[in-house]
Amino acid sequence: MKGKISIKFIGLLCFLLILINYVYSEGNKGYAIVNAYIFPVTSAPIENGILLIKDDKIEAIGKDLEVPEGYEIINAKGLYVYPGLIDSSSFLGLSEIGSVRATVDTFEIGNFKPHIKAEVAINPHSELIPVTRVNGIATVLVSPRGGTIAGQSALVNLIGWTPEEMVLKSPAAIHISYPRVIERRRFGAPGEKPQDEAVAQKQLKELKEFLDRTKRYIEIWEAYNKDKKGSIPEKDLILEAMAPALKGEIPVVISADKVKEIKGAIELADGYKMKLILSGASEGWKCAKFIGEKGVPVILSSLFSLPGEKEPYDAIYANASILNKAGVKVVFSTESASDVRNLPYQAGTASAYGLPKEEALKGITIYPAEIFGVQDKIGSLEKGKIANIILTDGDPLEMRTQTKHLFIKGQKLPLTSKHIELYEKFRKRPSIKFFSR
Amino acid sequence: MGKNKSKYILFIVFILFSFFWVRAEEKSAGDNLFISKGTILTITKGKIEGGSILIKNGKIFAVGKDLKPPEGIKIIDATGKYVMPGIIDSHSHMAIDRGINESTSQVTPQVNIQDVIKHDDIAIYRALAGGTTCVQPLHGSANVIGGHNAVIKLKWGKPPEELLVKDSMQGIKFALGENPKKSNFPMPRGPEFPNTRMGIEFVIRDSFNHALEYMKKWDEYQKKKSSLKKGEIPPLPPKRDLKLEALADILKRNLGIVCHGYRADELLMMLKTADEYGAKVVSFEHCLEGYKVADEIAKHGTVASIFADNWAYKIEAFDAIPFNAAILTERGVAVTVNSDSDERVRRLYQDAAKTMKYGGLSEEEALKTITINPAKMLGIDHRCGSIEVGKDGDLAIFNGHPLSVYSKVLMTIIEGEVYFDIEKAITAEKALAMAKEKEKK
Repeated sequence: MKGKISIKFIGLLCFLLILINYVYSEGNKGYAIVNAYIFPVTSAPIENGILLIKDDKIEAIGKDLEVPEGYEIINAKGLYVYPGLIDSSSFLGLSEIGSVRATVDTFEIGNFKPHIKAEVAINPHSELIPVTRVNGIATVLVSPRGGTIAGQSALVNLIGWTPEEMVLKSPAAIHISYPRVIERRRFGAPGEKPQDEAVAQKQLKELKEFLDRTKRYIEIWEAYNKDKKGSIPEKDLILEAMAPALKGEIPVVISADKVKEIKGAIELADGYKMKLILSGASEGWKCAKFIGEKGVPVILSSLFSLPGEKEPYDAIYANASILNKAGVKVVFSTESASDVRNLPYQAGTASAYGLPKEEALKGITIYPAEIFGVQDKIGSLEKGKIANIILTDGDPLEMRTQTKHLFIKGQKLPLTSKHIELYEKFRKRPSIKFFSR
Repeated sequence: MGKNKSKYILFIVFILFSFFWVRAEEKSAGDNLFISKGTILTITKGKIEGGSILIKNGKIFAVGKDLKPPEGIKIIDATGKYVMPGIIDSHSHMAIDRGINESTSQVTPQVNIQDVIKHDDIAIYRALAGGTTCVQPLHGSANVIGGHNAVIKLKWGKPPEELLVKDSMQGIKFALGENPKKSNFPMPRGPEFPNTRMGIEFVIRDSFNHALEYMKKWDEYQKKKSSLKKGEIPPLPPKRDLKLEALADILKRNLGIVCHGYRADELLMMLKTADEYGAKVVSFEHCLEGYKVADEIAKHGTVASIFADNWAYKIEAFDAIPFNAAILTERGVAVTVNSDSDERVRRLYQDAAKTMKYGGLSEEEALKTITINPAKMLGIDHRCGSIEVGKDGDLAIFNGHPLSVYSKVLMTIIEGEVYFDIEKAITAEKALAMAKEKEKK
């Protein structure tokens, strides 16, 4: 008897909850952020502005907009509105706990792996994702690592129930590591072995052979597709995966650090007419003019790393500023999973060492969007773009600034994470008076 | 003649005395320096806008608004700049020539980091360029009981013995959890004891017991020796064992325990064991789950020497939260933010600022985590950690507020001597200009 009543009661409660939820979701037709100090990045800041979000897009942005009926109003008085930040290289979603191999999917075995796709293995439910996005990072490039050709990266928004729902662009780029001399290091990258000039030269030769083979593959298929005569050429998944880079359909990201490697990477990309994005470039400042003249954008490796033993103490910090002065488009990356949340402080530190503040902000917003060819979708606050938006209580590049509201693809996300949950939980632990056993 | 002779001797004594006196004076004397009209963040006595600092013989002689520089003194104009005490890093492995782990045995308190100070490690200069003046280089965490600590001032260019801060806390590094379990390293000879956190507890307990026995033997020997009757043959002293001697010093509280630990359970185990044996846990290094047992840590008076926000690099770091500092501070634990890295030590002020973001520490509390709190932990707060009269003239001068991402260090001073000056440093920009000049020639 008692049980029956409670089941009925629970049923009623459930019905009511569903009803409330239904009415609520119907009621909200969009969001209106009002009284905001808006930094669109690509245009002048708007004081006391209004930004309208409908579905997953920015519907309108301006000063004297009418808020349509049924929109949820967010009073942003005292807050600042910025586009969601973008990390240009990470392995968020591919790695959960660094030392536990079972949770790490960043390095595949092999040397030439354009067929290895990040989008296949991104875990949308990684605990690291909410931790990252509550710090204002809305989009990350997820790239595999290791070998001469590491694989294909995916540009993903940090929202979605499946990898597919997260993906904004995949493949975003093919990632190549320019063959180099590797000195013996105590804490090198996993699988890293020291190698000398001869090994590096051999690798470079192999890389060129691989690219030549891909070129030939493209030619064979183009010839066949022209008139469909003769036998069907054999499919090769590996060369097929490399082909878009050689056709110029997607860029190649070549990591190169020393001046010699940087020049080699540029020469290589030129020779094969590949669309080049440099990455790493820790000695970029030494050949900034050259990179600038070639018009190649640079994804810097984490600013929070040490320069070579004999380099100036500020070489890594000042790199961005010197490259920027030479006309190079500089973007920032964490090349990490757990540290993506500190991305804005890299841009800030570059600014402390000479990069103009606006350029620093662009390096984690519109410039990454541009180099990955999604500038019509993300990277700034403009009508029609995806509504990746953060509301902060200050400059997002400052450590102490808090995110107050967060939208990704127009969805208002709760500002919570594993960390915030643990914080709330243990703050409430009753204080102990004595040890009891 | 006799009178003359004595006069002569007196004269020589006087000369000798004054010579030694001058020598002694020379040795203790740092530089004289006047820092003029900056925003001074004293840490313990608030903020002084347009304040000046007079350093005499390496010590802070005066701090205030209306100071006048003595004639002939070197003056540093700090107008529009921020002056804070030199930053102190409570956990480092710099300047020890990579001799981090004596991992040949689980218990090695007989080795001493102070013996391997590498005074020309480039990491020292780079830390100076980030406003850091003092660090605690520690033994690694491969063994349960590691080696003796060191506290050094980053006097770049001086011989090793001048870097050592001799009147600091002396302690032995302990380590708990994954590292001494060696769960993340391949072991050539297969699994070794200890392989669990339970085994680690036993190693500590067993070591302390050995130390107790050793102390007893010596006590008995001393007793016998002092109550020796006439004609009796004195007893042979027990064999000296430097390892047990160090362990005994821990139990006698002559040495503190500087303990690497992550998980709440292992932190509690260490506190309980230390309490039982009367040892003092000076600090928990990393202390990632400290927030879960903050009250217990506060009760023992242990300092939490933490990372600002490192996490997820191993299982025991998966519950690490950046709010650690906030909860620990709220519950009365002194918190220091450390680097454990030659890279992060260059920008500890940024990491300190994160304690404001996560859990809302005040500016002053945030700055304390890299100044007075580590000074207290390292037993050097009578000399370092704040800008107060009588303390060492260790300062960092920033072009903006040190907790802002846009600020950088302009000058770092130890005992009145300038060890880093951005004007004189070879920056990347300057290196380029110099290369250009060379090309022209």
